[in-house]
Amino acid sequence: MRSMLKTSVAAFAMLAAAMGAASADGLTGNLKIFLDTSNPAPRATMEEMIAQFQEKNPDLAIETTVIDREAYKTQIRNFLTANAPDVATWYAANRMRPYVEAGLFEDVSDLWNGTELGENLASTKGAMTIDGKQWGVPYTYYQWGVYYRKDIFDELGLSEPATWEEEKANCQKIIDAGKKCYTIGTKFLWTAGGWFDYLNMRTNGFDFHMDLLTGKAKWTSDEVKQTFANWRELIDMGAFIDNHQTYSWQEALPFMVKGDAAAYLMGNFAVAPLREAGLSDDQIDFYQFVEINPDVELAEDAPTDTFHIPSNAENKENAREFLKFVASADVQTWINDGKHLGQLPVNSKSSVDKDKFLEQGFEMLSSNSPGGVAQFFDRDAPAEMAKVAMEGLQEFMVKPDNLDRILARLDRAQERIYK
Amino acid sequence: MAQASVTEARQSSWWHRNQQQLTPWLFLAPGILFFLFYVIFPIFQSFNLSLYEWDGLGQAEYVGLYNYEELYWDDAFYTSLKNNVIWLLLYLAAIPAGLFIALFLNQTVVGIRLYKSLFFFPFVISQVVVGLVFTWFYDPTFGILNVLLGAVGLPPMNVLGDENWVTVGIIVAGLWPQTAYCMILYLTGLNAVDPEQIEAGRLDGAKGWRMLWYIIVPQLRPATFIAFVVTIIGALRSFDLISVMTNGGPFGASRVLSFYMFEVALSEYGFRMGYGAAIAVVLFLIMLAFIAYFLWSMYKEEKAR
Repeated sequence: MRSMLKTSVAAFAMLAAAMGAASADGLTGNLKIFLDTSNPAPRATMEEMIAQFQEKNPDLAIETTVIDREAYKTQIRNFLTANAPDVATWYAANRMRPYVEAGLFEDVSDLWNGTELGENLASTKGAMTIDGKQWGVPYTYYQWGVYYRKDIFDELGLSEPATWEEEKANCQKIIDAGKKCYTIGTKFLWTAGGWFDYLNMRTNGFDFHMDLLTGKAKWTSDEVKQTFANWRELIDMGAFIDNHQTYSWQEALPFMVKGDAAAYLMGNFAVAPLREAGLSDDQIDFYQFVEINPDVELAEDAPTDTFHIPSNAENKENAREFLKFVASADVQTWINDGKHLGQLPVNSKSSVDKDKFLEQGFEMLSSNSPGGVAQFFDRDAPAEMAKVAMEGLQEFMVKPDNLDRILARLDRAQERIYK
Repeated sequence: MAQASVTEARQSSWWHRNQQQLTPWLFLAPGILFFLFYVIFPIFQSFNLSLYEWDGLGQAEYVGLYNYEELYWDDAFYTSLKNNVIWLLLYLAAIPAGLFIALFLNQTVVGIRLYKSLFFFPFVISQVVVGLVFTWFYDPTFGILNVLLGAVGLPPMNVLGDENWVTVGIIVAGLWPQTAYCMILYLTGLNAVDPEQIEAGRLDGAKGWRMLWYIIVPQLRPATFIAFVVTIIGALRSFDLISVMTNGGPFGASRVLSFYMFEVALSEYGFRMGYGAAIAVVLFLIMLAFIAYFLWSMYKEEKAR
């Protein structure tokens, strides 16, 4: 109730601010925005947000283009060099590195350093920083964790595990009951990257994981082998669904919905389709990935989506104002609430929507991930390495005996890619 | 004055003299220009690009034959090459299959047009749809294939998840429309079969297989040639089915050269333009060998006439 009140107060405040600004001097000129939020809900949210900005700046001519999310990933290379917009969405960390290094993203450190906004966004500053400068602002992020069928856990008398031993004991009971512990679809590879992220961060810690993904640690090292040994325990138990290499992550959902598998290691975006498939909030719940090595601090995956200004933009001042608007506490509160993106706001002054998963995720990320926050396997590692490595992870999940060959291959790839 | 009229006369007469030769070239010019600009020129551009390392954004770095050297050590390249060969061989099954369906459909019974359209149907629908339908068919949990296998007492299999079966599985899907294509070629070919020769053959006591092999098939040579060409080219440029059905997986086992090129150069984790160009050059050379053979045999045929 309290947070609902808070949200409505915030919404009211924003409306008032919008009205106030409308009568004051707004921006003039043009603003061209490219978005990759092509799914219906995020698209509507973004369009609503832009409409708010338009209302604030009635004299500004805003032109919005929404591009299919997958197509965007290849088109961005073209439109950043020729015909650049003033604002474009993208992702944090290594995924923005090629564009930063090619000089295609504008340095926006001025929005971050010595400003209130910079303080409020401090939690993602690391992910937005390359060469000591910031290259964009975040608008949303979401937690990863284990989503599980609470009703199945109750039926089998299980409770949320906290340690690796408990996790395996739970899993054994689930298997004995004729079900699989985890559903996963590795056809598009990245889901296996999620498992590796967590197993490696729990076995060797955040710093080692980052060393590995940035090419400073070797794949054939004993640490990595220990991670795979832990993973193999689950594989040998038969914890994962069969034939996962043929399914996408969405195609793996029915196994959990039908109750053939008890849990799913996924990002928070899995909640919406699970709900749509008919599972109620009493049936699904969430827990933080368990501790494996008690000596390392817990670290989490929480990918951040971002806005950037291309270096070739024509209206950089307007774009800066738009970035400030997007990153502001109120805007982040409402674009991320359950009715809109259903994710977490980055701005620390924002409030999190009253949604069981968002609240748990926010709690976990803000108070129980002392080790650090990673972006995700394919955002922390260079794209080329991520591709080779995730293919190896998929192969390992299907043919664990090939591990030595896979690791040797990854070492070779590493030597080539990180020059 | 006189000078001017002389040049005018000379100009117009030059045009008049050469009109017959020039007109076809004028009509051909746009096509030739487009062909040069969009086909020939990019081929040489690819050759050039394959000598560079370039991510599509920054400065291209000249690396000589390094990309080819890397190809030589790249396991994924050999997997793709091997799969290309498997495609080439198995895809040819579409030719006899198309021939037999055509023979079967080349009769006059009620409703034969409907049957013909039904057999031709898979060629009309998009490859993407074909891929999806076969993906559902092969689905190890919900698919009909394992139900059928179970009915005859065979163990279930995951065709698209097994690195030994996946390429064959995709080729079978590809054969469905390709067979229809060959069938149509043979149906038109059968229309041109000379009834007198069949009559003569029959008088000499030929029937069944002998009739087919010695009388019919030789007369279908032009159709066979075209079927051969389209099938070889189709096998070498296989891409969409792989993209739809497996995305190159599991762990890269179903890649072919064209898909691998797309992956390294243009897909989400790629952007190694030079390396992609090197793969494209290899694929081009393989295709060139076939195309040269086809052109040469076509030329020979024309000359013999």
